[in-house]
Amino acid sequence: MRQKAVGGDRQGKGMASTTGNAEATPEVSGAVEADDGVRRRDFINIAAVSAAGVGGAVVLLPLVSQMAPSADVLAESTTELDISTLEVGQSIKAVFRKQPIFVRRLTPAEIEAANAVDVSALRDPATLDEITKPGHGDVLVVMGVCTHLGCVPLGAQEGENKGEFGGYFCPCHGSHYDTAARIRKGPAPTNLAVPEYQFTSDTTIVIG
Amino acid sequence: MSFPWAKEYTPQTGLTKFLDEKLPLPRLVYNAVGAGYPVPRNLSYFWNFGVLAGFFLVLQIVTGVVLAMHYAANTQVAFASVEHLMRDVNWGWLMRYTHANGASFFFVVIYIHIFRGLFYASYKPPREMIWLIGVVIFLLMMATAFMGYVLPWGQMSFWGAQVITGLFEAIPLVGPPLKTWLLGGFAPDNAALNRFFSLHYLLPFVIAGCVILHIWALHIPGSSNPTGVEVKDQSDTLPFHPYYTAKDGFGLGVALLVFMTFVFFLPNMLGHPDNYIEANPLSTPAHIVPEWYFYPFYAILRAFTFDFILPAKLWGVLAMFSAILVWFFLPWLDKGPVRSGHYRPLFRKFFWFGLIPVMAVLFYCGGAPAEEPYVMISQIATAYYFLHFLVILPIISSIERPDPLPFSITEAVLGSDKKAVLGENAEPVAT
Repeated sequence: MRQKAVGGDRQGKGMASTTGNAEATPEVSGAVEADDGVRRRDFINIAAVSAAGVGGAVVLLPLVSQMAPSADVLAESTTELDISTLEVGQSIKAVFRKQPIFVRRLTPAEIEAANAVDVSALRDPATLDEITKPGHGDVLVVMGVCTHLGCVPLGAQEGENKGEFGGYFCPCHGSHYDTAARIRKGPAPTNLAVPEYQFTSDTTIVIG
Repeated sequence: MSFPWAKEYTPQTGLTKFLDEKLPLPRLVYNAVGAGYPVPRNLSYFWNFGVLAGFFLVLQIVTGVVLAMHYAANTQVAFASVEHLMRDVNWGWLMRYTHANGASFFFVVIYIHIFRGLFYASYKPPREMIWLIGVVIFLLMMATAFMGYVLPWGQMSFWGAQVITGLFEAIPLVGPPLKTWLLGGFAPDNAALNRFFSLHYLLPFVIAGCVILHIWALHIPGSSNPTGVEVKDQSDTLPFHPYYTAKDGFGLGVALLVFMTFVFFLPNMLGHPDNYIEANPLSTPAHIVPEWYFYPFYAILRAFTFDFILPAKLWGVLAMFSAILVWFFLPWLDKGPVRSGHYRPLFRKFFWFGLIPVMAVLFYCGGAPAEEPYVMISQIATAYYFLHFLVILPIISSIERPDPLPFSITEAVLGSDKKAVLGENAEPVAT
């Protein structure tokens, strides 16, 4: 009940002492307001709630972060491939970050078809040279993950449907990719993604 | 429910008015832990432990859900998945240490909560139901903690599962087939691990349901208080918010400081190193003991070493379960008219110099090796434990002459109560 009276005194601003030294006289400062209108109790209240709020927010960090890829998952982030046995017109499927990757040695006809396209008319404009690495213009490395909703497109293996443009065809929702793995028809928004990779020798590539 | 002077919830904004009509959740919160719940003004810090227990239940559920995202309940990979959790998962070590120590602290808090209830005889009318539900919660906690301890599939996990399910083997006739059924095999294996994981995930939510019943039952008569004198008038109470939200908040801060000291600096102090060895069904560790919070009951289990009509094994199991089941009968075993131990000189002496030391001895013996002199000490302590509840408590509560009670909570706090002096609202003090 005593504390109730404290709240009542808020109106009685005129009665407030003019010492302004709330810290030195805690008993008085609880009952009357200092000049700036902030009581000792308000300060404690704001400080306590802020400390609890900041503490609670910090607790969210580990709770959110624990769902991110763990160290063993991140350790799988590079894949080394030997392409010395990859013949012209052949493809290999490899796995990078638990996802398929297509590596194909393009035939001269496929390169020609890819370069004949008017790039500016494409949905996701890119030339074959931009997609491949300099000096290895015949080696097409793309993720085997359709950019529409993540299915694995057909066309990497012998005898599979390569779609209307001779590259890859996603059977889920009918996206057609051309010989440079560029989207030409269907719902996919972009070309098949090119992962980060480099040639460490003429016949070895490291992905990731 | 509640007292006539409880503040009425009045929604201020359009949204709260809408909610109050359609689903009065804000009203429920306001009347449960807000300004609408009047609480005796004289509660000591011993009354913080209910809120603390609630906090640790939530903490265990949150960290447990996180751990379940990374753990695999299969004997082939369970142990490795815990190591994966500790080394690879972001903050996994923090989640696991918080969960493991959180279980211990949940029990620390609950033991203080229970012994608060024992000293202040909170189980007496009109609060019997709160106490009974509380004992059920304690039993559920023990089952949950036990099954959680099996999940890492270390040596202590495996042999704990073996020993505890072995208790059921003691039951005449159905015992051995019952144990086989519980384990889904002849020894703890994949079937047992899987079902323990399933139940370990389920039971905390059953506990949460019981906690809601516990609080519901509490809010009918309102909280007890250190004098044991019932609330008579508005001057005896304060609104829960802000007075007890602030006090509980401070208590929670202190509890978290102690808790975090363990999590960050002594994370394995309350565990057993043997549990970092993968389960081996062919070799039992030399000294197996349960987690510390089961020590008193484990000591009672081991106190029975001789056959007497029934086999010793069955006696041990019966005594261990009876040690908790006897709590169910407390509201009727304690016949005294006064609640609080502060006004019961004889009761108080037997509490501080009888029950508490005996519990301490049982705690110690439960963690000691099963050899003399600990066996004999356990036997004496077990005998006194049951004597206390079944004989001493009924007798002293019948014959004891309690000290005079204050007229009201207000008088206990302020030294005088205007109403008592004026004779207004004067009821005969419970004697």
